[in-house]
Parts: sequence; C-alpha cells; structure tokens
Amino acid sequence: MSSTGHEPPPFFNRGPAPLVRLLFFVAISLALLVADLRLHMLEWTRLTVATLVWPIQRAAWLPIQAAGNIGHYFIRQSDLQADNESLQRQRIKAAKLLLRQRHLEDENQRLRILLDMKMRQPVNGQIAEIIYAARDPFSRHVTIDKGLQQGIQAGQVIVDERGVMGQVIRSFPHTAEVSLLTDKQQAIPVQVQRNGLRSVLSGAGNGRLELRFLTTDTDILVGDVLVTSGLDGIYLAGLPVAKVIKIEHDNANIFARITCAPLAGIEHHGLVLVLDARTPLALPPTEDLVPEKSKRGRKEKQ
Amino acid sequence: MQSPHAMRRILLPVKNWFIVMTLFAALLLNMVPVGYFPGIPDWIALVLVFWCLHQPLKVGMGTGFMLGLLMDVVDASVMGQHALAYVCLAYAAARLSRRVLWFPLRQQALHVLLLLLSGQLIMLFARMVSGAHFPGFSWFFSSFTGVLLWYPLTYLLLAPQFRPQEKDFHRPI
Repeated sequence: MSSTGHEPPPFFNRGPAPLVRLLFFVAISLALLVADLRLHMLEWTRLTVATLVWPIQRAAWLPIQAAGNIGHYFIRQSDLQADNESLQRQRIKAAKLLLRQRHLEDENQRLRILLDMKMRQPVNGQIAEIIYAARDPFSRHVTIDKGLQQGIQAGQVIVDERGVMGQVIRSFPHTAEVSLLTDKQQAIPVQVQRNGLRSVLSGAGNGRLELRFLTTDTDILVGDVLVTSGLDGIYLAGLPVAKVIKIEHDNANIFARITCAPLAGIEHHGLVLVLDARTPLALPPTEDLVPEKSKRGRKEKQ
Repeated sequence: MQSPHAMRRILLPVKNWFIVMTLFAALLLNMVPVGYFPGIPDWIALVLVFWCLHQPLKVGMGTGFMLGLLMDVVDASVMGQHALAYVCLAYAAARLSRRVLWFPLRQQALHVLLLLLSGQLIMLFARMVSGAHFPGFSWFFSSFTGVLLWYPLTYLLLAPQFRPQEKDFHRPI
C-alpha cells in the first residue's frame, strides 16, 4: 500500500522492494550457515549439487591437466633414468624390512593367540591421487580422485610414504574431500614414540600442528616423534604423524606451547594411500553426567 | 577514459543469453583449481558486480544467491558463505548503479574495489565466527587484481552492445 491509499498500477511492477529481498536472502544464507556449521544437516544437498556440477568442474580442470601432461611428455631421458635408479635403491632398502615384517606379523599373530588377546584388524588400502587443493582459504582441504564409486567413505585415513596426512570428510561419487592434519578443526590421538606419553594433536592452520594442554613439566623434547596411539579405533596404532620442533614455556600459562611439523608431505601433491575403513570404538557413556548438570542448573535457578 | 554513459553512445539492448554465458564462463574460471595461489580474482563476484551495475533489473540478488550456493559446494566452503557475500554484493551494486556508471572507469574501479573488499570481509567474518583460521592478508590481493581487470572487462562485456558508429550530421545524437 502506498501513502496515497491505493496500490500502484501494475505495469511497472518489480516485485518486493530491494531491501525486503536483501533481508530475505540474507536470512536464508544465515540459516544455511548455521545449519551447516552447527547442525551438519546439509550434506545431502552438497552431494546433490556436487554431482550435478561435477561435469562442469571436470571440464574446467581439463586444460590444467592437459598442460601438466604436456610438461610430463617433455621430461628428459636422464631425469627418468636417475628417478628409476633411486626408486630401485629405495626398493632394495625397503625389501629388508618387508621380508622381516611378514615373519614378524606371523609371529605376532601366534603370540597373540597364545596370550588370548584380541586380533588386530588387518588393514588394506587403495591408492588415490590428490587432484587439487580446495580453493577455500580458511581450511586445509584437498580433493582426491576416488569417491563413493570406489567405496571411499567419510572417516577413512589418508597416508603417504612418510606418515599420516589426514582424513576423508566427505565422499562424492567420483571424488572425495580430505581434511589435512594441519586444518584447524582436525585432531588426531597420538603418543610420543620415546616414552609412550599420550595426547591429542590438533592442527594449527599454518602448516603446523599443536600439542595442547600438556603442562610445562611434561617429559617432551624437541625432536620427539609422535605416532598415532590408536585409542579411538579410527587410526591404526603406530603410524608416524609429526615431529616436535619448538617448545615454548610461558610463566603466565601452566600449559606449554608445543609446535610440531607434520612428517608426511602435507603441502605436496601426489599419490596417497587411503586406508580401509575401521569401526570406531564406542564413546564412553555420558548419560550419567547430563542429568546431574541439569539438576544443578535447576537448583541454582531456585 | 570515459564511461559508456559519459560517451553519449546509445547501447543496444543486452541479450539475455549473453549474460548467462558470461556468468557461466565466470563459474568455469572459478572452478579452475589454483590452490592457495594469491591474487586470483573471484571471477563470479566481478562479473556479478558488473551486471548488477549495468543491468540491475535483469541480474540481482536471486542470481547472486544461486551462484553463491554453487560456489560454496565447488569451493568446499561452508554452505551459505558465498551466498551471503554475493547477495550483499548484488544489493550494494544495484543501489549504486544509477550513480557509479556516470563516473570515469578509474573511479568506477575504486567503487568496485570497495564492493569486492566488503564481500571478502563478509566471508571472513562468517568463517572467523565459526573458528576457522585467518588466511593471511595475501588473500585480499584477489580484490585488487579483480579491480585491475575492470577496465578490459567493461569493454569485453559491453562489446556486443556497441552499435557501429555511423556519423549522421543531420541527426546528431
């Protein structure tokens, strides 16, 4: 209704006012943000849109891939030979360990049967290639070229030849999104290889990792290697993860600031191994805590 | 250099398929994986601002919202992040369109710089609230490179609308 008391003529009708439209779209966007960040409800939308957009995305990626292939075509013969030789040498070095490992695994199995312990799950993996890093500058995600069609599921672990790289967080039909260890929202249970001290390692965002909540008198040194502890049942125990590079003690804080560098070539792109999915262990029961808390809250209110 | 408005040239009406095609091309360019290389402009934001300035009745917040959702999925960012920024960009550009187009291209580019930077600030805010890490100031380079492209972009996107110039001295317009 206009100020004159009757509606404007319909021939220049442009729909709702711009400000109304802005508020409408902003409200929807904010609702989407909250639904995705807090409630994680939009995974199916993402899957649908990603499947629809995949051909276009593939088309955009083709020229880059073609340029890369042309670069590979013009590689020098001598480079190839040097590469080949170094790989051969590595293989012979690794053969010593591999030959022993077969024997050790059999022995381990027999000992475990003798001790009546739970058998370790054998783990296989499939090789995937990192296609590109996601454009999102706020996180450290990469995309690999295997997805739902190859049986990749969210939660699977990615390793390279030197250590753990990250974890699959979303799986699309032909690709999967991997959150690298250096992502700020990624955490991994680890233990210090030297003394078995257990902790949780979190990403710090800038290509570094952080060991949080370890007091200043904890026995940890620069150069210590951290390996997965396997406590959560998702990561295999004993995979190398990171190396401590800096320990800062601050008198104002009871916790030390421990910075670590990942062992795997996290910012490099190449071939990776996707370890098969494992069933995570059940979380400890939390029901006992919840009613107590609410009771306490009520008491305080009264 | 003068803006098309100040040049006093009558432009042909824009073709809808051309707008769709340029937005699609921008989408393709945005999908090219470049990793964390700084200074790659956000093509969709740039083309969207262009059309919202030049054709505010044809391209608006709805288009921005849809493109934003697409970018959210493609970029693997949080749903709604690009949508929010693009909707605000489209609104601001449409409000400014009557005024900005009369300025020379250099001053237009300054306006666009402010628009693109505020769009990036909105995205930054949306993500920092949710606990993401600060991507570094080099991330803002993309707005500056985008603005440098405003000059060629204007000529490229307006090219189909330029009528061949025929001097008719009897009817000078």
